[in-house]
Amino acid sequence: MIIMKKVYKKYPNGVVASNGINVEIKRGEFVFVVGPSGAGKSTFIKMMYREEVPTSGDIIIDDINLATLRNSQVPYLRRKVGVVFQDFKLLPKLNVYENIAFALEVIEESPEQIRKKVNVVLGLVGLTHKSRMFPNELSGGEQQRVSIARSIVNTPKVVIADEPTGNLDPATSWEIMEMLERINARGTTIVMATHNKEIVNTMRHRVIAIEGGLITRDEVGGDYGYES
Amino acid sequence: MKARTLRRHFKESFKSLGRNRWMTFASASAVTVTLLLVGVFLVIMMNLNQLAESIEQDVEIKVIVDLAADEVAVADLEEKIRKTDGVLDVQFSSNTEELDNMIEGYGDEFGLFKQDNPLRHAFYVKAAEPQQTASVAEKIEAYDYTHEVNYGKGKVEKLFNVLNTGRNIGFVLVIALLLTATFLISNTIRITITARRREIEIMKLVGAKNSFVRIPFLFEGMWLGVLGAILPMVIVTVSYFNLYVLLEPKLQGELFQLLGTTPFIYQLNGLMLFMGVFIGVWGSFMSVRKFLKA
Ligand SMILES: Nc1ncnc2c1ncn2[C@@H]1O[C@H](COP(=O)(O)OP(=O)(O)OP(=O)(O)O)[C@@H](O)[C@H]1O
Ligand SMILES: [Mg+2]
Repeated sequence: MIIMKKVYKKYPNGVVASNGINVEIKRGEFVFVVGPSGAGKSTFIKMMYREEVPTSGDIIIDDINLATLRNSQVPYLRRKVGVVFQDFKLLPKLNVYENIAFALEVIEESPEQIRKKVNVVLGLVGLTHKSRMFPNELSGGEQQRVSIARSIVNTPKVVIADEPTGNLDPATSWEIMEMLERINARGTTIVMATHNKEIVNTMRHRVIAIEGGLITRDEVGGDYGYES
Repeated sequence: MKARTLRRHFKESFKSLGRNRWMTFASASAVTVTLLLVGVFLVIMMNLNQLAESIEQDVEIKVIVDLAADEVAVADLEEKIRKTDGVLDVQFSSNTEELDNMIEGYGDEFGLFKQDNPLRHAFYVKAAEPQQTASVAEKIEAYDYTHEVNYGKGKVEKLFNVLNTGRNIGFVLVIALLLTATFLISNTIRITITARRREIEIMKLVGAKNSFVRIPFLFEGMWLGVLGAILPMVIVTVSYFNLYVLLEPKLQGELFQLLGTTPFIYQLNGLMLFMGVFIGVWGSFMSVRKFLKA
């Protein structure tokens, strides 16, 4: 599903955030990416949806090589990869339903398909009854659920999340994790960068630790491995 | 593009116009001022051009024949002139006809000269191309029995010089104004883009094509241009119609005629609208290109 070969990323300011990463993530896997602050986790994630382009090396997602992908083709990659962030990235002027539908409207999906798909994911994240509410009327956890719903509404093969529970309290974080677990159970590959020790240690998925732009540990069923 | 998408882009572009009311007003006004000046400038230039052309058409070479020329020599000269390159037409006017013209033009006092006509025979020559007048005159001057060759030397050249200078100054002015308006529009669009940065970011995250992101802003720029063009179009049209009605009777029989209102005024309106749309879209394009790279 995802293959990285000798991925090297040097930012224009000279910082090397990825120093030769090799990794393979299989279809349907659930992977935690851990490591100290500034280790290069977000860079790793960003390269997977081509927010950042590697300086050298190859990144292949679903047979698309992101290192050589033309800019004009990036939209098609993004349609196969759902992304979730710590800060939700919802549009405040759109209600829950519209925020999710937005992702389909801008890729010119037909209205009936939009209606159908949005209703399905609303049910999946348990927000059908709040579909007319606006982001500022929702709790952080609910907002993140909207964001997750949006990320999967186009049935992507991979969902990539950068600290999706970073702004949430422990109880709400667990709700979000359950949600991601359910999505993963439907066959979607999930890659999630996190600082949440409890979640990593409890869920026992594959853990990839990054330090100084290098993978220092890659363990199936591993633990967080750092003092929170 | 699907009709649904087009509708969406239209809606988005209108929403932005309303949201940035003041910037919309400012940049549409810049277009208005620009196009108004462009319109007035074009009206003046086109009419002066018309004047220049009619003067050009009117330019004749007057060849005054030497007194020493007998009838044969005069006929000979006429033949030579007729065969000169670039000559369209030659009219002979005897000294008697010349005097009659003079009496008609300046009054009966000249009737005195009827006894002893001091005037010479003359040829009136028209060049095929007005621009050739000078060179044709030069050639004729070299022939035998020509006393004097006149063609309003200098006057025509001066008029064209003035026109050209006016045109160049106007051109530079118009370009400067167009650039200013384009700059203002691109600023407005930049503000719109900045205001919608988050929306654009999300659009791109979920896989919207660049064109999809870009088009509403281009539409917005286009509307700014169209909005800005309306007032100048109305003003120039109404003013020109009035001016025409007012001046046309007074110019009856004069060399200078105003350009007819149709199709001139429609062409002018079309041009102004096109310029408005062009600056709008171009200004927008400049901003969009800078901000939505990759
Ligand atoms: N756009 C950028 N330009 C320059 N340097 C950057 C950029 N983004 C990240 N970096 C640098 O690259 C290194 C890795 O950053 P990254 O965001 O990948 O770390 P991280 O592991 O996600 O950290 P955190 O846990 O704090 O989110 C850091 O030194 C950071 O300063
Ligand atoms: Mg990070």
